[in-house]
Amino acid sequence: MAEKVLIIGSGPAGLTAAIYAARADLDPLMIEGMERGGQLMLTTEVENYPGFPEGIMGPELMDGMRKQAERFGTRIVSSDVSKVDLSERPFKVWVGGDLYESETLIVSTGASARWLGIPGESRLRGYGVSACATCDGFFFRDREIAIVGGGDSAMEEAIFLTKFASKVTILHRRDEFRASKIMAQRAIDHPKIEVLWNTTIDEVLGDDLVTGLRVKNVNTGEESMLPVEGFFLAIGHDPNTKIFQDQLDLDAAGYVVTNGGFTRTSVEGVFAAGDVVDHYYQQAVTAAGMGCQAAIDVEHWLDRTEA
Amino acid sequence: MGQNTIKGTDATFVELIGSSMPTLVDFWAEWCGPCKMMDGPLEEIAGNRSGQLQIVKLNVDENPSTAMQFGVMSIPTMIIFQAGEEKKRLVGARSKSQLEAEIASFVS
Repeated sequence: MAEKVLIIGSGPAGLTAAIYAARADLDPLMIEGMERGGQLMLTTEVENYPGFPEGIMGPELMDGMRKQAERFGTRIVSSDVSKVDLSERPFKVWVGGDLYESETLIVSTGASARWLGIPGESRLRGYGVSACATCDGFFFRDREIAIVGGGDSAMEEAIFLTKFASKVTILHRRDEFRASKIMAQRAIDHPKIEVLWNTTIDEVLGDDLVTGLRVKNVNTGEESMLPVEGFFLAIGHDPNTKIFQDQLDLDAAGYVVTNGGFTRTSVEGVFAAGDVVDHYYQQAVTAAGMGCQAAIDVEHWLDRTEA
Repeated sequence: MGQNTIKGTDATFVELIGSSMPTLVDFWAEWCGPCKMMDGPLEEIAGNRSGQLQIVKLNVDENPSTAMQFGVMSIPTMIIFQAGEEKKRLVGARSKSQLEAEIASFVS
């Protein structure tokens, strides 16, 4: 028999949707994905989630939400969705060889770190290239490293990395950061941080381990080699919507388009919440809020269609 | 720590990977979110493959010299050893079925 509601993704949006759907007796099934808990699993201290006056560690917050969803009966499958068919109801969702069917879907697949796509980058991932400063900074004690990016998370991660590295070079393609003034200034003033402005990266160098970066000054065209043993990326995120292409309306950047004010998508019975929809706020608390909205929208939709 | 996996340390490491059984070592740390995902799958595989494969969990925070010796620069990293020799290295989290496929050739 088809599920009433199937939730794809397990960040704040998906888990909040699960908590609400479970408490509404919709017996939700969640496909949590390999990146269980979402981006917050890659963070350290979360200081702006209401209700935690002293802050809380990102992974701890997500463990708490997951336990809360399970407490009300959410069933969880720990794999990635490989394919969906939204052409008719019940919708079909494949996880490897297993097929699940559901009357409604909540898409909360979030966004994942963006990569540059330059030579050497994927080959040396785990051997000096990383998109997770909190996971891998530890391994670069007393070494010189570089980080690319210009937003708040790039500043935050650069400052975090100074706890380990002897020197952190921030590479940025423009001549000013997009980050908030306070974060940018904190990074620029840091004694262990140097900024290379107007700089792009053409290649990650190294046979078995990262030995440096081939970089270019975009103003002068001058190429040079920056010797570093670690290379971190903090250049933003892309929504995880590949499996929905040609099935849901997506905007030019790949985000799911929802119907103003509600979480409805272009397909009747499919709802979406969190960073997969939102390219503007992108906060744990806004994602959780949308997850709640999606669960309530699903409940009302089921009431209407069953009536 | 689970019941089926073995807690490794810098001091016991060489002895553990020298076992007559193939040994999968999971390099992890408390502050690594993606590492936590591996707990369940590794625990289950260690239970199912008991007698064929041993799974060792090595906390890199408490045992930095082993992690450094094997050039671990990202976690989770899992290395499969046979008779003390590195045979395969997996960097990044894997699902249980992916892990099963990776270890299949070592547990005939």
